[in-house]
Amino acid sequence: MERFLSGHSSCPGCAVALAVRFVLRAVPDDAVVVVAPSCIGPMMGPVPLSSVTVPVFHTAFETSAAAASGLARAYRARGEQATVVCLAGDGGTFDIGLQALSGAAERNEDFVYVCFDNEAYQNTGNQKSSATPWGARTASTPGGKRTRKKELMEIIAAHRIPFAATASPAHPEDLMGKVRRAGALRGTRFLLVTCPCVPGWGIGDEASLRILRLGVESRAVPLYEIEDGTRYRITHEPAGIPVAEYLRPQARFAHLAEADIAAIQAEVDWRWEGLVERAGRRVAGGAPIGEESRA
Amino acid sequence: MTPMQAAARQRRMLLTGNHAAAYGALLAKPQVIPVYPITPQTPVLEKLLELAEAGELTGEMITVESEHSGMAACISASLAGARVFTATASQGIALMHEMLHFAAGARTPVVMVNVNRTLASPWGFWADQTDSLSQRDTGWMQFYCESGQEALDTVLQAYRVAESVLLPAMVVIEAMYISHTLEPVEVPEAALVAGFLPPFEPTLRLDPGQPRSVGGVTTPAQWRQNRLAMQEAMTLALGAVAEAGRLYGELTGRAYGATESYRTEDAEVVLVAAGGMAGTAREAVDRLRQAGIAAGLLRLRLFRPFPGAEIAEGLAGAARVAVVDRNCSVGSGGIFCQEVRAALSSLGQGAVPVLSYIAGLGGVNVPPERMMRIVTDALGRDGMSAGPIQAEEL
Repeated sequence: MERFLSGHSSCPGCAVALAVRFVLRAVPDDAVVVVAPSCIGPMMGPVPLSSVTVPVFHTAFETSAAAASGLARAYRARGEQATVVCLAGDGGTFDIGLQALSGAAERNEDFVYVCFDNEAYQNTGNQKSSATPWGARTASTPGGKRTRKKELMEIIAAHRIPFAATASPAHPEDLMGKVRRAGALRGTRFLLVTCPCVPGWGIGDEASLRILRLGVESRAVPLYEIEDGTRYRITHEPAGIPVAEYLRPQARFAHLAEADIAAIQAEVDWRWEGLVERAGRRVAGGAPIGEESRA
Repeated sequence: MTPMQAAARQRRMLLTGNHAAAYGALLAKPQVIPVYPITPQTPVLEKLLELAEAGELTGEMITVESEHSGMAACISASLAGARVFTATASQGIALMHEMLHFAAGARTPVVMVNVNRTLASPWGFWADQTDSLSQRDTGWMQFYCESGQEALDTVLQAYRVAESVLLPAMVVIEAMYISHTLEPVEVPEAALVAGFLPPFEPTLRLDPGQPRSVGGVTTPAQWRQNRLAMQEAMTLALGAVAEAGRLYGELTGRAYGATESYRTEDAEVVLVAAGGMAGTAREAVDRLRQAGIAAGLLRLRLFRPFPGAEIAEGLAGAARVAVVDRNCSVGSGGIFCQEVRAALSSLGQGAVPVLSYIAGLGGVNVPPERMMRIVTDALGRDGMSAGPIQAEEL
């Protein structure tokens, strides 16, 4: 069911808007949405309008998971059926909202948390977040970021929540499948959806999904899921193209030298190897991706 | 109901102020209770968890990871239509500050007990009113209680008022002097409370079956409208507090108002105090009267909305007013005094001399003798002082 309507206020070609549309299409009918300050806030519509057909609560920046905890408990106390869904950005999740998310995950509060990761504070004009990758230029890292992207999925996995997954709006069936799966479970469920930002990444209006696919196929944006924090499963086999093909079309990486690209390639390879190891299979020639890879 | 009938429907228990507050919460039947421990509030949380473990409290307890998250959970749960309770103190309420504004702006009738304690730095664990008073502009109603009994009674009244005007309410007790002092407390039976405080059923809420948004981006004009509506609700709350206090009195034999005048009719000097220190002031008034000095007490129970007209009426005949503050707005002075002076001035009673006394900061004990010295000092002055007078130096 389409729950995100046309006429909202995102930029042309916004991957977050598309991802929100796919996520809301796949959530249960009884969804209640929590939104913290992010690009998604204005997208949901200014008072008294709404771009969605689900109830939305606009909460404070660092409180998505805490507000979701309160909502889920209130519905349970009232004996009502509701699926609480957080739609948050990377700043509100990796940075300021991490304490509340960790607290809620430790309590295994009953909600679906979706982080739309466009790798910077794009709503305030492209300042770096801890989701910004090494080397990327932002308004607050004009010379390029000199630290790594925070490994949020490992932090999430360490909480041993029932379900966590990465996803991409360029792979809608995979994304919506993961949302449906999350929606059918109970407890804290987490999705990290990588979303290119047209102005922040310095790409064309039409380029988001093409570039995201290059990210996925280069293994810079791996698609996988984790059950109970321990059972990893890779859900899309990447072609393994050079990461340069993903980086070069983006203005935020335009200043990087060949040696920088090589360093990023090495990091991507190292991360992929670690993921493959956790998923219990080899990079090439291993067992096919599927149920048998689950421990 | 006759006093005898009212007494028969209450059980006398020996409770600390904290436990009395927890029993008040229990009787209000909150459905969601996010809590985080902090000295000296922790026994409120522990008693509620104990009552939940025993099956007496049926609400959802959430042991959150911070007071900030706790208040965030209170707000969303309230918007979903649940009655909500929490408790905090000191650094906890300071950490909540952002969400206190949010709770009021979202018009959630959250009720919270705050135990007045010093704010760091340096660390201190004793009574000081600055933690709650520095939240005065957040849009929360604030009740200052003199005893554990009043804390229990006020929690119930606070819910009734908060849910009628849709603003959050804070019930304040002082650290240690009230929070940890055992007193006999009359605990009303559940049926008695049920008639006074019906279940919370808001007409508008976050309903999974009725999509509506709360708290999105507004225009300047819409934001202004929201703020003015809150101001109007505060005005309505003045009447609601009076009604709740009167009805509660009819049910339990203990009536309450926004202020309390004690021996003020012919008083030359009227002490103004809030919280536990008001009890000390009452004792001082009695001793001064025995010594032939015409002293009186005007106790402030309600701080927001500020009952300015009622205070002005109570102080109209006084030759001297001595406001005693266990708080200090650094760079200015006692906060209650500022508010009393402003109310008198705006109501054309600016000529009433109001002296500012700061006493008991940081939890320093204020015995009746200190209050008596304040009265003597006020009588000896012409009603003027360049700044706040330090009671400990008298």
